[in-house]
Amino acid sequence: MARLQQATLEPAADRIAEEKIYRQFGVTDDEYDLICRLLGRRPNYTEIGVFSVMWSEHCSYKNSKPILKKFPTTGPRVLVGPGEGAGIVDIGDNQAVCFKIESHNHPSAVEPYQGAATGVGGIIRDIFSMGARPVALLNSLRFGPLSSERVKYLFEQVVAGIAGYGNCVGIPTVGGEVMFDESYEGNPLVNAMCVGLIDHDRIQRGRADGVGNPVFYVGPPTGRDGIHGATFASEELSEASEAKRPSVQVGDPFMEKLVMEACLELIASGIVVGIQDMGAAGLTCSSSEMASKAGNGMELNLDLVPQRETGMTPYEMMLSESQERMLFVVRPEHEEQARAIFEKWGVPCVKVGKVTDDGRLRLIHKGEVAADIPVRALVDECPVYRKPSRVPDYYARNASVDTTRYPEVTDLEGALEKVLASPNVASKEWVYRQYDYMVRTETAVGPGSDAAVVTIRGTRKALAMTTDGNGRYCYLDPEVGGMIAVAEAARNVVCSGGEPLAITDNLNFGSPEKPESFWQLEKAADGIAEACRRLGTPVIGGNVSLYNESAIGAIHPTPVIGMVGLIRDVDHITTQGFKAEGDAVILLGETKAELGGSEFQKVIHGVTEGRPPAIDLDREKALLDALLEAIRAGLVKSAHDVSDGGLAVALAECCITGGETGFAPDGSRLGGIGASIDLSTSLRPDILLFSESQSRVVISADSHRAGEIVEWFRAKGVPAERIGTVGGSKLSVRINGSPAVDADVARLSGIWRGAIPCLMNG
Amino acid sequence: METMDPRTTMKFAVIVFPGSNCDVDCYKAVEDVIGQPVEYVRHTARDLSGYDCILLPGGFSYGDYLRCGAIARFAPVMDALVKAAAEGKYILGICNGFQILLEAGLLPGAMLRNRSLKFRCDFAALRVETTRTAFTGDYRKGEILSIPIAHGEGNYYCDEATLADLRANDQIVFRYAGENPNGSLDRIAGICNRAGNVVGMMPHPERATSRLLGSEDGRRMFTSVLNAWRVKHGTAAASNA
Repeated sequence: MARLQQATLEPAADRIAEEKIYRQFGVTDDEYDLICRLLGRRPNYTEIGVFSVMWSEHCSYKNSKPILKKFPTTGPRVLVGPGEGAGIVDIGDNQAVCFKIESHNHPSAVEPYQGAATGVGGIIRDIFSMGARPVALLNSLRFGPLSSERVKYLFEQVVAGIAGYGNCVGIPTVGGEVMFDESYEGNPLVNAMCVGLIDHDRIQRGRADGVGNPVFYVGPPTGRDGIHGATFASEELSEASEAKRPSVQVGDPFMEKLVMEACLELIASGIVVGIQDMGAAGLTCSSSEMASKAGNGMELNLDLVPQRETGMTPYEMMLSESQERMLFVVRPEHEEQARAIFEKWGVPCVKVGKVTDDGRLRLIHKGEVAADIPVRALVDECPVYRKPSRVPDYYARNASVDTTRYPEVTDLEGALEKVLASPNVASKEWVYRQYDYMVRTETAVGPGSDAAVVTIRGTRKALAMTTDGNGRYCYLDPEVGGMIAVAEAARNVVCSGGEPLAITDNLNFGSPEKPESFWQLEKAADGIAEACRRLGTPVIGGNVSLYNESAIGAIHPTPVIGMVGLIRDVDHITTQGFKAEGDAVILLGETKAELGGSEFQKVIHGVTEGRPPAIDLDREKALLDALLEAIRAGLVKSAHDVSDGGLAVALAECCITGGETGFAPDGSRLGGIGASIDLSTSLRPDILLFSESQSRVVISADSHRAGEIVEWFRAKGVPAERIGTVGGSKLSVRINGSPAVDADVARLSGIWRGAIPCLMNG
Repeated sequence: METMDPRTTMKFAVIVFPGSNCDVDCYKAVEDVIGQPVEYVRHTARDLSGYDCILLPGGFSYGDYLRCGAIARFAPVMDALVKAAAEGKYILGICNGFQILLEAGLLPGAMLRNRSLKFRCDFAALRVETTRTAFTGDYRKGEILSIPIAHGEGNYYCDEATLADLRANDQIVFRYAGENPNGSLDRIAGICNRAGNVVGMMPHPERATSRLLGSEDGRRMFTSVLNAWRVKHGTAAASNA
């Protein structure tokens, strides 16, 4: 009955061709013709559906492949580079770190809770399908301004979705970033990153090796949710997007936890031939990619696929993005052992097919062949496009903008308060308090410092990790913005005591069909590639999210860098807060008049214009190397990257997050310590305090050694200057002898901590 | 170093329900703080007679679907747990473990959602209200501890008669000393049964066991129970780790 109904609903191959029905799936006329040639006939409805998801930008990278080729992807520590579920980097002692970032922007725009939650679920599966034990989650979020009720709703629900999923699975969400800007109003960004630990000899591949080997389906039954999610992710958001809510999947973190434990036990047993998660394009992508990597084919009997609803068609089963599902291959003699493991964890595990030698993906449904496609055609034959690129008009116009021409701000303390209260700079405690960042009891530094730090049990080692990106800089100059994103991530890792190892990147851009957007993508990739080469951090994997556009236009180009660093010894772990009365405050790096794209420019002058701060990668490298050496030598008591909000904000944050930790006898929270700062400059004071010049770090150190430390940095070519002393309860800043700021740290702390709760509750 | 002399060796079980996720942390805390033998015991086990102390870890047992701890209370292991409690064995339920003890009726009261309706993860200031329990003997009454919390439903509630009982029988073990993070009745963070061998608490002492984790204030929960057990069995006092 169901089959008959479906037969009348599903147009036949000829009708698909004549009425160009494939266009609804985002397949172009030329692509359709190519598909016909590759198949040697016209595709049926299931087949065109399978092609359309595999050939979507999300799965094929057909528009971004030429861009991704620019990235350096190898290095002495890289064990697995791009192309697998996640990249893997050696950290010594047979241990390795596995990590990846991925976007869930479009689903989160229409169904923020589930969109964000399933984004977290997907990235966790990418990590454990490599055989790694997930140990930490991070994220990078972008929203419109919090003055809009819709944005508040999106923000609240995205955070709740991330929390709801990660907390339940029991992986700490240790870090991330949140930024607000008009350009993300209709198209928020939700990027999730997962970091895992693995022993070298446990690394898995998504390969369907061994002709005749059985193929197993693991996880909850397949439903009609998320059908065409990958296609949805590869088009612009519009009014009609609301109707695509059914393309958003629903997450079950409890099931994810069980699937994860069962899969890790299966992998530990050593019997897995190949394993891959069912992410974008679900069963279609996992089966064809696994077959392709091994140079084999795969036959699936869809009648055996667990189904949540009755009457599901092959098309629906193959395109469903139901969550928490995995596909794996074992040798026949290990079938029972594998089944027993999943039975122990109460996770459904069903044999649904076998590896074949004919290089074809063949789907059997109710005794008939529902699809029969060469695997290579799906995975390797998708056309690659080199889109036209054009320099946007605004870029040329910005060349002549002088960002020092703004009227001088003389109430510097008032300006500091305004910038501290900007949601971009303000404490994100409202966000991260909803994340369990301590579960697994390895979190040495949680959210809120430069990079998060997770220790590795049984060793002295730890991992520093961060996500960074600045859409405003990238909008003003994508190449420089791309470099800065990598450099800032590296600076955060080094400030925490780590040596940068590698990055994963999430390229969030507008439509590649628009030459200006494509130019942004190209240039940002150039910048990222150059910085990665110079700083020695190869790209080991990542994700591309294009078509981030809404009624108001494209988002700011926003490449997000996820970086992991190795801390050799837990004694090197460093945080941003000032530690003790009397310590010397030292500024590393040089401050120039650079307000383009700064938080000050936006908050005080209401614009984003000009050129972003310049970056000299050689000076950056010199700074990073010297700082890491100083930290390892025990010379540095605190270190904080100078970024959004400039020196004034960096100093305020060092004070607010410094001082004692813990609680007073009355239960009130301790913390906060003052500092007296004396700056001399030829710059205008407001520019000095709020310029976002790169390659700067505020450190504190024992005052007896301050002179020696300053000389030490200078000898290494790093500008360094003692600018003050830690102590008291006020942040006092004098510029060329005149008072500029004299504020109680407690009051600054109140402004900084209160800003986001006030906007959300007020 | 501890020796594995059977007269001084205390055996710990960490119960693993589907969805428990602080099981590893509890295991590590026992190992690192007091160096006693500890085993994971699955929810399907029916015999806990081999253990001296049973830890119910935090997490999301059975996804916490329906209500926190409401499904776990029907797990096969629960009969053995009730028996162990009656025998005077030491039982500590942390976070989801506390919720399960409430649902199972081993401790009185119930949990509501946090007053903020949001999950909250943070360090909290706890005041030690009684040192008579097996798990708090090594603290000083009135002492302020810094112990992490991480929960969405930690807003403890009970009726007035029960609250009066808890107070009268010295069953309130911890109160929030500073800000009340979840709106719990009488600022309650942890309670015990009348005998003092069963303790439930929302905060996570296993997350406060080293300087690197930001606090060592949770360690004495573990040294206390080892000392309590040794006193009961007339063996030497544990070294304070």
